Amino acid sequence: MPAAHDSSSAAAAATEILRVEDLHVSYGAISALNGISLSVPAGAIVTLIGGNGAGKTTTLHSLSGLIRAARGRVHFAGEDITALAPHHIVARGLCHVPEGRMIFANLSVAENLAMGAYLQRSPAQIAAARDYCFSIFPRLRERLRQNAGTLSGGEQQMLAIARALMSRPKFLMLDEPSLGIAPRLISTIFEKIVEINRDHGTGILLVEQNARLALEISTHAYVLETGHIVMSGPSRELRNNAQLKAAYLGS
Amino acid sequence: MKPHEHAADAPRPARKPGGPLALGGALIGGLCVSAFAGVIDPYLLDVLMSMGIAVTLAVSLNLVTGFTGQFSLGHAGFMSVGAYLSAGITTRLAPHFFGADSGSGAGLAQSGFFLLALLLGGLGAALAGLCVGGPSLRLKGDYLALVTLGFGEIIRVVFQNIEPLGGALGLNGIPPYTSPFWVLAWAALTIFVVHCLVHSTYGRGFIATHDDEIAAEAIGLSTTRYKIVAFVVGAFFAGVAGGLYAHFRLSIVPTGFDFSKSIEIVLIVILGGMGNTIGVILAALLLTLLPEALRPIAEYRMVLYSLLLIVLMVWRPRGLLNLDWAKLLQRRKTRTTLR
Repeated sequence: MPAAHDSSSAAAAATEILRVEDLHVSYGAISALNGISLSVPAGAIVTLIGGNGAGKTTTLHSLSGLIRAARGRVHFAGEDITALAPHHIVARGLCHVPEGRMIFANLSVAENLAMGAYLQRSPAQIAAARDYCFSIFPRLRERLRQNAGTLSGGEQQMLAIARALMSRPKFLMLDEPSLGIAPRLISTIFEKIVEINRDHGTGILLVEQNARLALEISTHAYVLETGHIVMSGPSRELRNNAQLKAAYLGS
Repeated sequence: MKPHEHAADAPRPARKPGGPLALGGALIGGLCVSAFAGVIDPYLLDVLMSMGIAVTLAVSLNLVTGFTGQFSLGHAGFMSVGAYLSAGITTRLAPHFFGADSGSGAGLAQSGFFLLALLLGGLGAALAGLCVGGPSLRLKGDYLALVTLGFGEIIRVVFQNIEPLGGALGLNGIPPYTSPFWVLAWAALTIFVVHCLVHSTYGRGFIATHDDEIAAEAIGLSTTRYKIVAFVVGAFFAGVAGGLYAHFRLSIVPTGFDFSKSIEIVLIVILGGMGNTIGVILAALLLTLLPEALRPIAEYRMVLYSLLLIVLMVWRPRGLLNLDWAKLLQRRKTRTTLR
Protein backbone atom coordinates (compact mmCIF):
# COMPACT_ATOMS: atom_id res chain seq x y z
CA MET A 1 0.00 0.00 0.00
CA PRO A 2 2.01 2.94 -1.28
CA ALA A 3 -0.43 5.54 0.07
CA ALA A 4 -0.20 4.31 3.63
CA HIS A 5 3.54 4.11 3.35
CA ASP A 6 3.66 7.74 2.22
CA SER A 7 1.61 9.01 5.12
CA SER A 8 3.66 7.11 7.67
CA SER A 9 6.91 8.50 6.31
CA ALA A 10 5.40 11.98 6.34
CA ALA A 11 4.48 11.49 9.98
CA ALA A 12 8.02 10.34 10.72
CA ALA A 13 9.40 13.42 8.98
CA ALA A 14 7.17 15.67 11.05
CA THR A 15 8.43 14.35 14.37
CA GLU A 16 12.03 14.25 13.26
CA ILE A 17 13.89 17.55 13.62
CA LEU A 18 17.36 16.59 12.44
CA ARG A 19 18.26 13.99 9.86
CA VAL A 20 21.79 13.32 8.67
CA GLU A 21 22.30 11.09 5.64
CA ASP A 22 25.58 9.55 4.61
CA LEU A 23 27.76 12.45 5.78
CA HIS A 24 31.37 12.45 4.61
CA VAL A 25 33.89 15.02 5.82
CA SER A 26 37.59 15.13 5.16
CA TYR A 27 40.45 17.41 6.13
CA GLY A 28 42.55 17.43 2.99
CA ALA A 29 43.49 13.83 2.28
CA ILE A 30 42.45 12.60 5.71
CA SER A 31 38.84 11.59 5.94
CA ALA A 32 37.27 12.22 9.33
CA LEU A 33 33.72 11.05 8.70
CA ASN A 34 33.00 8.13 6.39
CA GLY A 35 29.30 8.32 5.79
CA ILE A 36 27.42 8.68 9.03
CA SER A 37 23.65 8.81 9.26
CA LEU A 38 21.60 9.76 12.25
CA SER A 39 18.16 10.95 13.13
CA VAL A 40 16.98 13.02 16.07
CA PRO A 41 13.28 13.16 16.95
CA ALA A 42 11.87 16.58 17.90
CA GLY A 43 12.23 17.36 21.60
CA ALA A 44 14.54 14.46 22.34
CA ILE A 45 18.01 14.28 23.83
CA VAL A 46 20.23 12.18 21.63
CA THR A 47 23.85 11.51 22.40
CA LEU A 48 26.84 10.81 20.23
CA ILE A 49 29.58 9.03 22.13
CA GLY A 50 33.02 7.88 21.13
CA GLY A 51 36.68 8.13 21.94
CA ASN A 52 39.25 10.71 20.92
CA GLY A 53 39.47 11.25 17.19
CA ALA A 54 36.27 9.34 16.48
CA GLY A 55 34.82 12.34 14.61
CA LYS A 56 32.36 13.66 17.19
CA THR A 57 33.46 17.28 16.99
CA THR A 58 33.79 17.06 13.21
CA THR A 59 30.18 15.91 13.05
CA LEU A 60 28.97 18.93 14.99
CA HIS A 61 31.14 21.33 13.00
CA SER A 62 29.74 20.06 9.74
CA LEU A 63 26.14 20.15 11.03
CA SER A 64 26.54 23.82 12.01
CA GLY A 65 28.24 24.70 8.73
CA LEU A 66 31.66 25.46 10.18
CA ILE A 67 33.18 22.91 7.83
CA ARG A 68 31.80 21.69 4.54
CA ALA A 69 30.68 18.15 4.00
CA ALA A 70 32.29 16.36 1.07
CA ARG A 71 29.20 14.26 0.56
CA GLY A 72 25.87 13.64 2.23
CA ARG A 73 22.87 15.65 3.37
CA VAL A 74 21.79 17.39 6.55
CA HIS A 75 18.08 18.12 6.98
CA PHE A 76 16.90 20.36 9.77
CA ALA A 77 13.20 20.93 10.44
CA GLY A 78 12.36 19.63 6.99
CA GLU A 79 14.90 21.80 5.17
CA ASP A 80 18.18 20.87 3.54
CA ILE A 81 20.82 22.92 5.37
CA THR A 82 23.91 21.11 4.06
CA ALA A 83 25.23 24.01 2.02
CA LEU A 84 24.10 26.89 4.26
CA ALA A 85 26.54 29.30 5.92
CA PRO A 86 26.77 29.10 9.73
CA HIS A 87 24.76 32.26 10.38
CA HIS A 88 21.91 31.02 8.20
CA ILE A 89 21.90 27.77 10.14
CA VAL A 90 21.83 29.61 13.48
CA ALA A 91 19.00 31.77 12.16
CA ARG A 92 16.98 28.59 11.51
CA GLY A 93 17.29 27.60 15.17
CA LEU A 94 20.16 25.14 15.17
CA CYS A 95 22.78 26.38 17.62
CA HIS A 96 26.14 24.84 18.38
CA VAL A 97 28.05 25.16 21.67
CA PRO A 98 31.64 24.41 20.68
CA GLU A 99 34.04 22.51 22.87
CA GLY A 100 36.81 23.94 25.02
CA ARG A 101 37.43 27.57 25.87
CA MET A 102 34.53 28.83 23.87
CA ILE A 103 33.51 32.09 25.53
CA PHE A 104 34.65 35.57 24.52
CA ALA A 105 37.22 36.11 27.27
CA ASN A 106 37.58 39.85 26.74
CA LEU A 107 33.89 40.62 26.81
CA SER A 108 31.81 40.77 29.98
CA VAL A 109 29.24 38.09 30.77
CA ALA A 110 26.48 40.50 29.74
CA GLU A 111 28.23 41.22 26.45
CA ASN A 112 28.74 37.52 25.78
CA LEU A 113 25.02 37.00 26.21
CA ALA A 114 24.29 39.96 23.96
CA MET A 115 26.52 38.41 21.29
CA GLY A 116 24.47 35.24 21.56
CA ALA A 117 21.42 37.23 20.52
CA TYR A 118 23.37 38.57 17.54
CA LEU A 119 20.74 37.50 15.01
CA GLN A 120 17.76 38.37 17.20
CA ARG A 121 15.84 41.54 16.47
CA SER A 122 13.08 41.81 19.06
CA PRO A 123 14.23 43.47 22.35
CA ALA A 124 11.35 41.84 24.24
CA GLN A 125 12.38 38.38 23.09
CA ILE A 126 16.02 39.08 23.88
CA ALA A 127 15.05 40.19 27.39
CA ALA A 128 12.92 37.08 27.83
CA ALA A 129 15.78 34.85 26.65
CA ARG A 130 18.10 36.60 29.09
CA ASP A 131 15.71 36.09 31.97
CA TYR A 132 15.43 32.45 31.06
CA CYS A 133 19.23 32.12 31.06
CA PHE A 134 19.35 33.62 34.55
CA SER A 135 16.65 31.26 35.77
CA ILE A 136 18.68 28.32 34.51
CA PHE A 137 22.07 29.66 35.59
CA PRO A 138 21.53 32.16 38.44
CA ARG A 139 25.28 32.41 38.91
CA LEU A 140 25.60 34.31 35.63
CA ARG A 141 23.46 37.13 36.96
CA GLU A 142 25.93 37.64 39.80
CA ARG A 143 28.83 37.76 37.34
CA LEU A 144 27.17 40.01 34.77
CA ARG A 145 29.80 42.75 34.64
CA GLN A 146 32.74 40.43 35.08
CA ASN A 147 35.03 39.63 32.19
CA ALA A 148 34.13 36.17 30.96
CA GLY A 149 37.81 35.17 30.97
CA THR A 150 37.84 35.47 34.76
CA LEU A 151 35.06 32.92 35.26
CA SER A 152 35.77 29.40 36.46
CA GLY A 153 35.67 26.54 33.96
CA GLY A 154 32.20 25.51 35.04
CA GLU A 155 30.91 29.05 34.87
CA GLN A 156 32.40 29.46 31.40
CA GLN A 157 30.55 26.33 30.29
CA MET A 158 27.31 27.70 31.75
CA LEU A 159 27.93 30.96 29.92
CA ALA A 160 28.57 29.14 26.64
CA ILE A 161 25.27 27.26 26.96
CA ALA A 162 23.43 30.41 28.03
CA ARG A 163 24.89 32.33 25.11
CA ALA A 164 23.55 29.67 22.76
CA LEU A 165 20.13 29.90 24.47
CA MET A 166 20.11 33.63 23.66
CA SER A 167 19.61 32.72 20.01
CA ARG A 168 16.34 31.02 21.08
CA PRO A 169 17.32 27.73 19.45
CA LYS A 170 14.92 24.94 18.50
CA PHE A 171 17.84 22.61 18.70
CA LEU A 172 21.11 22.68 20.65
CA MET A 173 24.30 20.82 19.88
CA LEU A 174 26.60 20.53 22.87
CA ASP A 175 30.20 19.52 22.41
CA GLU A 176 31.63 17.87 25.54
CA PRO A 177 30.03 20.09 28.16
CA SER A 178 31.77 18.05 30.88
CA LEU A 179 35.27 18.75 29.57
CA GLY A 180 37.64 20.14 32.18
CA ILE A 181 34.97 20.87 34.74
CA ALA A 182 34.89 20.04 38.44
CA PRO A 183 33.02 16.73 38.91
CA ARG A 184 30.49 18.33 41.23
CA LEU A 185 29.59 20.89 38.56
CA ILE A 186 29.28 18.28 35.82
CA SER A 187 26.14 16.81 37.31
CA THR A 188 24.70 20.31 37.77
CA ILE A 189 25.31 21.12 34.12
CA PHE A 190 23.74 17.84 33.00
CA GLU A 191 20.69 18.56 35.15
CA LYS A 192 20.43 21.95 33.46
CA ILE A 193 20.62 20.33 30.03
CA VAL A 194 17.65 18.15 30.94
CA GLU A 195 15.84 21.21 32.29
CA ILE A 196 16.39 23.18 29.07
CA ASN A 197 15.12 20.21 27.08
CA ARG A 198 12.01 19.92 29.26
CA ASP A 199 11.17 23.65 29.48
CA HIS A 200 10.99 24.46 25.79
CA GLY A 201 11.11 21.07 24.15
CA THR A 202 14.52 22.07 22.81
CA GLY A 203 16.05 19.12 21.00
CA ILE A 204 19.57 18.30 22.07
CA LEU A 205 22.42 16.50 20.40
CA LEU A 206 24.98 15.81 23.09
CA VAL A 207 28.52 14.86 22.22
CA GLU A 208 30.33 13.30 25.16
CA GLN A 209 33.28 11.25 26.24
CA ASN A 210 31.60 10.75 29.58
CA ALA A 211 29.40 7.99 28.15
CA ARG A 212 27.84 7.00 31.46
CA LEU A 213 26.32 10.42 32.10
CA ALA A 214 25.37 10.94 28.48
CA LEU A 215 23.50 7.62 28.35
CA GLU A 216 21.71 8.51 31.58
CA ILE A 217 20.06 11.68 30.31
CA SER A 218 19.53 10.73 26.66
CA THR A 219 16.82 8.62 25.07
CA HIS A 220 18.82 7.46 22.10
CA ALA A 221 22.53 7.07 21.43
CA TYR A 222 24.95 6.66 18.57
CA VAL A 223 28.46 5.31 19.02
CA LEU A 224 31.07 6.76 16.70
CA GLU A 225 34.40 5.11 15.94
CA THR A 226 36.93 6.40 13.39
CA GLY A 227 34.29 8.15 11.34
CA HIS A 228 31.73 5.32 11.33
CA ILE A 229 28.66 4.76 13.43
CA VAL A 230 29.32 1.35 14.92
CA MET A 231 26.35 1.05 17.22
CA SER A 232 23.08 2.82 17.91
CA GLY A 233 19.94 2.27 19.89
CA PRO A 234 17.91 3.39 22.88
CA SER A 235 20.25 4.64 25.60
CA ARG A 236 18.70 2.28 28.17
CA GLU A 237 19.75 -0.70 26.07
CA LEU A 238 23.20 0.61 25.32
CA ARG A 239 23.85 1.16 29.01
CA ASN A 240 23.68 -2.60 29.45
CA ASN A 241 25.51 -3.51 26.29
CA ALA A 242 28.52 -5.61 27.20
CA GLN A 243 30.65 -4.41 24.31
CA LEU A 244 29.97 -0.76 25.06
CA LYS A 245 30.52 -1.28 28.76
CA ALA A 246 33.94 -2.69 28.09
CA ALA A 247 34.92 0.08 25.69
CA TYR A 248 33.46 3.22 27.21
CA LEU A 249 31.90 2.69 30.60
CA GLY A 250 34.68 0.89 32.40
CA SER A 251 34.01 -2.37 34.16
CA MET B 1 20.60 41.54 47.39
CA LYS B 2 23.36 44.07 47.63
CA PRO B 3 22.73 47.36 45.88
CA HIS B 4 25.55 46.93 43.42
CA GLU B 5 23.90 43.81 42.08
CA HIS B 6 20.90 45.85 41.06
CA ALA B 7 23.19 48.30 39.41
CA ALA B 8 24.95 45.51 37.60
CA ASP B 9 21.67 44.23 36.26
CA ALA B 10 20.58 47.57 34.89
CA PRO B 11 21.38 48.37 31.29
CA ARG B 12 24.75 50.04 30.90
CA PRO B 13 24.36 53.80 31.34
CA ALA B 14 24.76 55.93 28.26
CA ARG B 15 28.40 56.76 27.66
CA LYS B 16 29.51 60.20 28.71
CA PRO B 17 30.14 62.45 25.74
CA GLY B 18 33.87 62.17 26.45
CA GLY B 19 34.69 60.95 22.96
CA PRO B 20 33.21 63.84 20.95
CA LEU B 21 34.53 66.31 23.55
CA ALA B 22 38.04 64.92 23.26
CA LEU B 23 37.74 65.02 19.47
CA GLY B 24 36.62 68.66 19.56
CA GLY B 25 39.39 69.48 22.02
CA ALA B 26 42.00 67.94 19.77
CA LEU B 27 40.68 69.91 16.79
CA ILE B 28 40.81 73.21 18.70
CA GLY B 29 44.24 72.30 20.10
CA GLY B 30 45.43 71.56 16.57
CA LEU B 31 44.11 74.92 15.34
CA CYS B 32 45.87 76.71 18.19
CA VAL B 33 49.14 74.94 17.50
CA SER B 34 48.77 75.76 13.80
CA ALA B 35 48.03 79.42 14.57
CA PHE B 36 51.20 79.71 16.60
CA ALA B 37 53.20 77.45 14.31
CA GLY B 38 55.41 80.36 13.36
CA VAL B 39 56.38 80.97 16.99
CA ILE B 40 56.95 77.35 18.07
CA ASP B 41 60.40 75.88 17.67
CA PRO B 42 60.38 74.13 14.25
CA TYR B 43 62.13 71.08 15.68
CA LEU B 44 59.42 70.68 18.31
CA LEU B 45 56.75 71.08 15.66
CA ASP B 46 58.46 68.43 13.57
CA VAL B 47 58.49 65.94 16.44
CA LEU B 48 54.88 66.76 17.25
CA MET B 49 53.75 66.01 13.71
CA SER B 50 55.74 62.77 13.59
CA MET B 51 54.00 61.75 16.80
CA GLY B 52 50.57 62.48 15.38
CA ILE B 53 51.24 60.42 12.27
CA ALA B 54 52.62 57.56 14.37
CA VAL B 55 49.48 57.65 16.54
CA THR B 56 47.23 57.49 13.45
CA LEU B 57 49.17 54.53 12.08
CA ALA B 58 49.35 52.62 15.34
CA VAL B 59 45.75 53.15 16.43
CA SER B 60 44.48 52.04 13.02
CA LEU B 61 46.66 48.92 13.09
CA ASN B 62 45.45 48.27 16.61
CA LEU B 63 41.92 47.83 15.24
CA VAL B 64 43.17 45.07 12.96
CA THR B 65 45.79 43.39 15.14
CA GLY B 66 44.82 44.31 18.68
CA PHE B 67 41.04 44.19 18.65
CA THR B 68 40.28 41.81 15.80
CA GLY B 69 43.37 39.63 16.26
CA GLN B 70 44.53 39.62 12.64
CA PHE B 71 48.30 39.90 12.45
CA SER B 72 49.08 42.24 9.57
CA LEU B 73 52.58 43.08 8.36
CA GLY B 74 51.35 45.25 5.51
CA HIS B 75 50.44 48.49 7.24
CA ALA B 76 53.31 50.41 5.64
CA GLY B 77 52.06 49.13 2.28
CA PHE B 78 48.64 50.74 2.84
CA MET B 79 50.43 53.85 4.06
CA SER B 80 52.41 54.02 0.83
CA VAL B 81 49.26 53.69 -1.30
CA GLY B 82 47.79 56.72 0.48
CA ALA B 83 51.07 58.62 0.35
CA TYR B 84 51.64 58.11 -3.37
CA LEU B 85 48.03 58.61 -4.37
CA SER B 86 47.56 61.88 -2.48
CA ALA B 87 51.03 63.21 -3.28
CA GLY B 88 50.57 62.26 -6.93
CA ILE B 89 47.34 64.24 -7.00
CA THR B 90 48.72 67.32 -5.27
CA THR B 91 52.03 67.49 -7.14
CA ARG B 92 50.27 67.13 -10.51
CA LEU B 93 47.31 69.36 -9.88
CA ALA B 94 48.41 71.98 -7.34
CA PRO B 95 50.46 74.04 -9.84
CA HIS B 96 47.37 74.30 -12.07
CA PHE B 97 45.13 75.46 -9.25
CA PHE B 98 47.39 77.53 -7.08
CA GLY B 99 50.18 78.57 -9.43
CA ALA B 100 53.82 77.77 -9.00
CA ASP B 101 53.83 79.23 -5.52
CA SER B 102 52.33 76.26 -3.71
CA GLY B 103 53.70 77.33 -0.34
CA SER B 104 51.93 77.06 2.98
CA GLY B 105 49.58 79.89 2.15
CA ALA B 106 46.81 77.72 3.66
CA GLY B 107 43.92 79.24 1.81
CA LEU B 108 40.52 77.63 2.25
CA ALA B 109 40.51 76.29 -1.31
CA GLN B 110 43.93 74.79 -0.77
CA SER B 111 42.84 73.13 2.48
CA GLY B 112 39.83 71.66 0.76
CA PHE B 113 42.03 70.41 -2.04
CA PHE B 114 44.42 68.78 0.44
CA LEU B 115 41.55 67.18 2.34
CA LEU B 116 40.22 65.75 -0.91
CA ALA B 117 43.65 64.37 -1.80
CA LEU B 118 43.98 62.81 1.67
CA LEU B 119 40.54 61.25 1.43
CA LEU B 120 41.28 59.85 -2.01
CA GLY B 121 44.57 58.48 -0.69
CA GLY B 122 42.70 56.88 2.21
CA LEU B 123 40.04 55.45 -0.09
CA GLY B 124 42.72 54.06 -2.40
CA ALA B 125 44.37 52.36 0.57
CA ALA B 126 41.00 51.07 1.74
CA LEU B 127 40.39 49.63 -1.70
CA ALA B 128 43.80 47.98 -1.58
CA GLY B 129 42.81 46.65 1.86
CA LEU B 130 39.64 45.18 0.39
CA CYS B 131 41.54 43.57 -2.47
CA VAL B 132 44.13 42.03 -0.15
CA GLY B 133 41.75 41.28 2.72
CA GLY B 134 38.91 39.76 0.71
CA PRO B 135 40.73 36.63 -0.37
CA SER B 136 43.36 36.41 2.38
CA LEU B 137 41.36 36.95 5.56
CA ARG B 138 40.07 33.42 5.30
CA LEU B 139 43.63 32.48 6.21
CA LYS B 140 44.62 32.44 9.82
CA GLY B 141 47.54 33.63 11.91
CA ASP B 142 50.92 33.08 10.27
CA TYR B 143 49.47 32.71 6.78
CA LEU B 144 47.77 36.07 6.94
CA ALA B 145 50.99 37.67 8.22
CA LEU B 146 52.82 36.23 5.23
CA VAL B 147 50.23 37.43 2.72
CA THR B 148 50.24 40.96 4.14
CA LEU B 149 54.03 40.92 4.19
CA GLY B 150 53.97 39.92 0.53
CA PHE B 151 51.48 42.67 -0.26
CA GLY B 152 53.75 45.30 1.34
CA GLU B 153 56.68 44.17 -0.76
CA ILE B 154 54.66 44.02 -3.98
CA ILE B 155 53.36 47.54 -3.47
CA ARG B 156 56.89 48.78 -2.86
CA VAL B 157 58.15 47.19 -6.08
CA VAL B 158 55.17 48.55 -8.00
CA PHE B 159 55.89 52.12 -6.89
CA GLN B 160 59.55 51.61 -7.67
CA ASN B 161 58.58 50.98 -11.26
CA ILE B 162 55.99 53.69 -11.84
CA GLU B 163 58.09 56.38 -13.50
CA PRO B 164 55.47 59.16 -13.36
CA LEU B 165 55.58 58.79 -9.56
CA GLY B 166 59.34 59.05 -9.46
CA GLY B 167 60.17 55.36 -9.62
CA ALA B 168 63.07 54.29 -7.44
CA LEU B 169 64.21 57.88 -7.03
CA GLY B 170 61.02 58.73 -5.25
CA LEU B 171 58.50 61.52 -5.61
CA ASN B 172 59.88 64.97 -4.87
CA GLY B 173 58.52 68.47 -4.67
CA ILE B 174 55.39 67.55 -2.77
CA PRO B 175 53.67 70.74 -1.55
CA PRO B 176 54.02 71.26 2.24
CA TYR B 177 50.34 71.05 3.04
CA THR B 178 50.54 69.06 6.25
CA SER B 179 50.11 71.33 9.25
CA PRO B 180 49.90 70.41 12.93
CA PHE B 181 46.18 70.92 12.64
CA TRP B 182 45.73 68.23 10.00
CA VAL B 183 47.93 65.78 11.88
CA LEU B 184 46.22 66.25 15.23
CA ALA B 185 42.78 66.28 13.66
CA TRP B 186 43.35 62.98 11.85
CA ALA B 187 44.97 61.37 14.88
CA ALA B 188 41.98 62.42 16.98
CA LEU B 189 39.53 61.24 14.35
CA THR B 190 41.25 57.85 14.10
CA ILE B 191 41.15 57.37 17.87
CA PHE B 192 37.52 58.47 17.93
CA VAL B 193 36.39 56.21 15.09
CA VAL B 194 38.26 53.15 16.37
CA HIS B 195 37.01 53.72 19.91
CA CYS B 196 33.39 54.16 18.85
CA LEU B 197 33.57 51.21 16.47
CA VAL B 198 34.95 48.82 19.06
CA HIS B 199 32.66 49.93 21.86
CA SER B 200 29.49 49.81 19.80
CA THR B 201 27.11 46.89 19.82
CA TYR B 202 28.24 46.07 16.30
CA GLY B 203 31.89 46.39 17.29
CA ARG B 204 31.81 43.68 19.95
CA GLY B 205 32.05 41.38 16.98
CA PHE B 206 35.68 42.45 16.50
CA ILE B 207 36.56 41.33 20.01
CA ALA B 208 34.46 38.19 19.64
CA THR B 209 36.35 37.36 16.44
CA HIS B 210 39.62 37.90 18.29
CA ASP B 211 38.62 35.82 21.30
CA ASP B 212 37.25 32.73 19.63
CA GLU B 213 36.52 32.48 15.95
CA ILE B 214 34.73 29.14 16.12
CA ALA B 215 32.43 30.30 18.90
CA ALA B 216 31.75 33.53 17.02
CA GLU B 217 30.82 31.59 13.87
CA ALA B 218 28.75 29.18 15.93
CA ILE B 219 26.50 31.97 17.25
CA GLY B 220 25.95 33.28 13.75
CA LEU B 221 28.62 35.96 13.35
CA SER B 222 30.31 36.27 9.99
CA THR B 223 33.90 36.60 11.23
CA THR B 224 35.20 37.09 7.69
CA ARG B 225 33.04 40.19 7.34
CA TYR B 226 34.31 41.61 10.62
CA LYS B 227 37.89 40.96 9.64
CA ILE B 228 37.40 42.68 6.30
CA VAL B 229 35.72 45.69 7.92
CA ALA B 230 38.61 46.01 10.40
CA PHE B 231 41.13 45.61 7.60
CA VAL B 232 39.51 48.18 5.33
CA VAL B 233 38.99 50.78 8.07
CA GLY B 234 42.57 50.24 9.27
CA ALA B 235 43.90 50.58 5.72
CA PHE B 236 41.91 53.79 5.19
CA PHE B 237 43.50 55.54 8.15
CA ALA B 238 46.93 54.16 7.24
CA GLY B 239 46.44 55.67 3.77
CA VAL B 240 45.49 59.04 5.24
CA ALA B 241 48.53 58.87 7.53
CA GLY B 242 50.63 58.17 4.44
CA GLY B 243 49.20 61.27 2.77
CA LEU B 244 49.99 63.37 5.83
CA TYR B 245 53.48 61.92 5.93
CA ALA B 246 54.10 62.70 2.26
CA HIS B 247 53.02 66.34 2.58
CA PHE B 248 55.10 66.64 5.72
CA ARG B 249 58.39 65.11 4.48
CA LEU B 250 57.85 66.61 0.99
CA SER B 251 59.58 63.70 -0.70
CA ILE B 252 58.82 60.00 -0.54
CA VAL B 253 60.74 56.97 -1.72
CA PRO B 254 59.34 53.44 -2.06
CA THR B 255 61.91 52.05 0.36
CA GLY B 256 60.54 54.34 3.05
CA PHE B 257 57.50 52.08 3.24
CA ASP B 258 59.24 48.74 3.40
CA PHE B 259 58.95 45.83 5.74
CA SER B 260 60.85 47.51 8.57
CA LYS B 261 58.35 50.38 8.59
CA SER B 262 55.52 47.86 9.03
CA ILE B 263 57.44 46.20 11.83
CA GLU B 264 57.89 49.57 13.49
CA ILE B 265 54.12 50.07 13.59
CA VAL B 266 53.53 46.53 14.81
CA LEU B 267 56.10 47.17 17.53
CA ILE B 268 54.20 50.22 18.73
CA VAL B 269 51.02 48.16 19.01
CA ILE B 270 52.76 45.36 20.88
CA LEU B 271 54.55 47.80 23.16
CA GLY B 272 51.34 49.64 23.96
CA GLY B 273 49.41 46.45 24.54
CA MET B 274 47.17 44.95 21.87
CA GLY B 275 43.68 46.30 22.03
CA ASN B 276 44.68 48.97 24.52
CA THR B 277 44.06 52.28 22.78
CA ILE B 278 45.59 54.52 25.43
CA GLY B 279 48.62 52.27 25.75
CA VAL B 280 49.12 52.27 21.98
CA ILE B 281 48.88 56.07 21.83
CA LEU B 282 51.50 56.42 24.57
CA ALA B 283 53.73 53.84 22.88
CA ALA B 284 53.47 55.80 19.61
CA LEU B 285 54.58 58.95 21.41
CA LEU B 286 57.36 57.11 23.20
CA LEU B 287 58.72 55.39 20.10
CA THR B 288 58.75 58.71 18.23
CA LEU B 289 60.60 60.47 21.04
CA LEU B 290 63.02 57.65 21.71
CA PRO B 291 64.91 57.85 18.37
CA GLU B 292 65.13 61.62 18.89
CA ALA B 293 66.65 61.14 22.31
CA LEU B 294 68.93 58.42 21.00
CA ARG B 295 70.13 60.34 17.98
CA PRO B 296 73.79 60.07 19.07
CA ILE B 297 73.57 56.28 18.80
CA ALA B 298 71.11 56.20 15.93
CA GLU B 299 72.80 53.26 14.17
CA TYR B 300 71.88 51.03 17.08
CA ARG B 301 68.22 51.99 17.06
CA MET B 302 66.95 48.73 15.56
CA VAL B 303 69.20 46.73 17.87
CA LEU B 304 67.67 48.57 20.78
CA TYR B 305 64.16 47.97 19.42
CA SER B 306 64.84 44.26 19.09
CA LEU B 307 66.15 44.08 22.61
CA LEU B 308 63.14 46.00 23.83
CA LEU B 309 60.84 43.52 22.08
CA ILE B 310 62.58 40.52 23.64
CA VAL B 311 62.53 42.03 27.11
CA LEU B 312 58.89 42.92 26.62
CA MET B 313 57.85 39.42 25.56
CA VAL B 314 59.51 37.98 28.64
CA TRP B 315 58.38 40.41 31.30
CA ARG B 316 55.34 42.20 29.98
CA PRO B 317 53.73 40.03 27.29
CA ARG B 318 50.57 42.11 27.43
CA GLY B 319 52.39 45.31 26.60
CA LEU B 320 54.66 47.65 28.51
CA LEU B 321 51.94 50.21 28.93
CA ASN B 322 49.20 47.78 29.73
CA LEU B 323 47.74 49.31 32.83
CA ASP B 324 44.10 49.64 33.63
CA TRP B 325 43.99 53.29 32.61
CA ALA B 326 40.28 53.75 33.00
CA LYS B 327 40.54 52.42 36.54
CA LEU B 328 43.48 54.67 37.28
CA LEU B 329 41.73 57.70 35.90
CA GLN B 330 38.17 57.13 36.96
CA ARG B 331 38.36 54.39 39.56
CA ARG B 332 35.63 52.60 37.67
CA LYS B 333 35.73 48.98 36.70
CA THR B 334 36.08 48.59 32.99
CA ARG B 335 37.06 46.13 30.33
CA THR B 336 40.64 45.02 30.66
CA THR B 337 42.75 44.90 27.58
CA LEU B 338 43.19 42.23 25.02
CA ARG B 339 46.21 40.04 24.88
